[in-house]
Amino acid sequence: MSATTLDTPAPSRIRLGLRAVMGVVVVVLATFPLLNMLPQDSVFHVSDFLVSVSGKWICYAILALSLDLAWGYAGILSLGHGAFFALGGYAMGMHLMRLIGPRGVYGHPVLPDFMVFLGYQQLPWYWLGFDHFAFAMLMVLLVPGMLALVLGWLCFRSRITGVYLSIITQAMTYALMLAFFRNDMGFGGNNGFTDFKELLGMPLNTGAARASLFYASLVSLVGCYLFCLWMTGTKYGRVLTAIRDAENRVRFLGYDTTSHKLFAFVASAMMAGLAGALYVPQVGIINPGEFSPGNSIEAVIWVAVGGRGTLVGAVIGAFSVNGLKTWLTSAAPDLWLFVLGGLFVAVTLFLPKGLVGLLKGRAK
Amino acid sequence: MKGRRLYLDGVSVVFDGFRALNNLALVVEPGEMRAVIGPNGAGKTTMMDVITGKTRPTSGIVTFGELDLTRMDEASIANLGIGRKFQKPTVFDALTVFENLELALKAPRGPVACLRWHLAGAGRTRIEEVTTEIGLTDRAHDLAGILSHGQKQWLEIGMMLMQDPDLMLVDEPVAGMTDAETEHTAKLLARIAGRHSVVVVEHDLDFVRALGCKVTVLHEGTLLSEGSIDHVQNDPRVVEVYLGR
Ligand SMILES: Nc1ncnc2c1ncn2[C@@H]1O[C@H](COP(=O)(O)OP(=O)(O)O)[C@@H](O)[C@H]1O
Ligand SMILES: [Mg+2]
Repeated sequence: MSATTLDTPAPSRIRLGLRAVMGVVVVVLATFPLLNMLPQDSVFHVSDFLVSVSGKWICYAILALSLDLAWGYAGILSLGHGAFFALGGYAMGMHLMRLIGPRGVYGHPVLPDFMVFLGYQQLPWYWLGFDHFAFAMLMVLLVPGMLALVLGWLCFRSRITGVYLSIITQAMTYALMLAFFRNDMGFGGNNGFTDFKELLGMPLNTGAARASLFYASLVSLVGCYLFCLWMTGTKYGRVLTAIRDAENRVRFLGYDTTSHKLFAFVASAMMAGLAGALYVPQVGIINPGEFSPGNSIEAVIWVAVGGRGTLVGAVIGAFSVNGLKTWLTSAAPDLWLFVLGGLFVAVTLFLPKGLVGLLKGRAK
Repeated sequence: MKGRRLYLDGVSVVFDGFRALNNLALVVEPGEMRAVIGPNGAGKTTMMDVITGKTRPTSGIVTFGELDLTRMDEASIANLGIGRKFQKPTVFDALTVFENLELALKAPRGPVACLRWHLAGAGRTRIEEVTTEIGLTDRAHDLAGILSHGQKQWLEIGMMLMQDPDLMLVDEPVAGMTDAETEHTAKLLARIAGRHSVVVVEHDLDFVRALGCKVTVLHEGTLLSEGSIDHVQNDPRVVEVYLGR
């Protein structure tokens, strides 16, 4: 029997179009810190505010990408991804606190102000090592990754899926919020960490530091996007999609779906941790509020609005919803929560594939 | 002959007091083809669920060679070399026909192996062969979700072939197929048997006759009769509960 050759088709025009959109978004963002240096009266001048706020959005976009990997591809609807983001942020915050050194209000050579205030005699053991940048960066990835590993292992092997899994992830972030509010945890209680001075020898309150952090975030976004693009393009990515749509059927093909989901969940949590770590030095503070369940739900809405299951959709969703939020919270602050809720309902009912689905519909 | 012997004895499955399987016994030798018939609700699908780890038997022995299948999960059983075509075809709608077959292709199944996976010549050739065999060559790069019911049946059969299992469990393969397709399926299964053990559940007696193999008749979760198609068709108990209705 002679078999015909089945060549792999080239990526569709829609896919190429979406990648082009991503490229344009990145290039436009990359000009922001440069245009910020133009004179104020130039039409191309980008304000300090826009640079700093878009730096935050880039971190949100990384969080959205990570959530999309878990939800859009592997079908794990996490309502607790904000916790991974916050843990990455706290790990970075601990590094920044250690770098303050004797410049704190109490002038203690080692202990951060809140520890002096609470009467600590020495640094708790889990703060050791955080004075090294490399160690702190490792923890930015490992702490969220380990939490995802343990939680995921417990849930996936017991075949907890769907709504139950979502509720557990939501409970996780809520529990962490309550824990981090406690002073005796050693993470600064409800005040969290702030008054950061420097990072990698760079004073944080300068334009150069802001631009550096902005570019570090942008490079991370591109890196995470390319990583996800590669991952979802492999057979592993197709196994994830298959698990999302019919997990039981995948088991009967001999795939241990627990390990596949775990792998994606851990990678996703690490990405979220990285996003949090980039976020904290830009906003200058991290406190337990970052664990609030609402944050995780907002992240789900970004992905839903942009279009889950497409990487570009997650990024577009993060930028557009946060753009709307920034505008609305100054124009009509009371309205925001209603708009957010309405947006979610509207997207679920009328735009199940999100903004990207709209673009795809146009292209056809 | 490679492959293992499938052995079920005293298998019962009870759902909320209802006995879907009742003290069932079945032996399928390596390389054997076996047809299983029986009225709706006789427990044919449940029997396959028990063999593939989907349902745990309430009591009884289920072994494949020396291995106790009642202690293994679905993925491990599949990796032992037991493939299944479901009664209701479930293919991955968001993937193409080609990708569905690639996913089923026998290869290391772990996440890292899948990340590093590269479809080499032999695998590609195998996919091409099976795509031709199931008549979906010109649909290879279409999404499985847009296939017709009959084509999904074919794709499921193709996915089972890709796994190259020692034992194939085929649940109602020709439901929704035309006469020509039914005949093609019978030939395909006959060709497979010998290299693999095959258990086929089917209602269509002409189809079963075309398979020309030993027939097991199930009724109310238990074995009613076993033998050639002529033997069971003339068995008075079978005539009473099934054929004679
Ligand atoms: N998960 C289940 N829960 C309760 N009853 C079931 C379940 N699965 C099958 N049954 C019952 O077991 C009996 C046998 O079903 P099945 O094995 O599908 O029969 P067949 O495939 O021979 O038509 C049917 O009466 C069915 O309703
Ligand atoms: Mg059945």
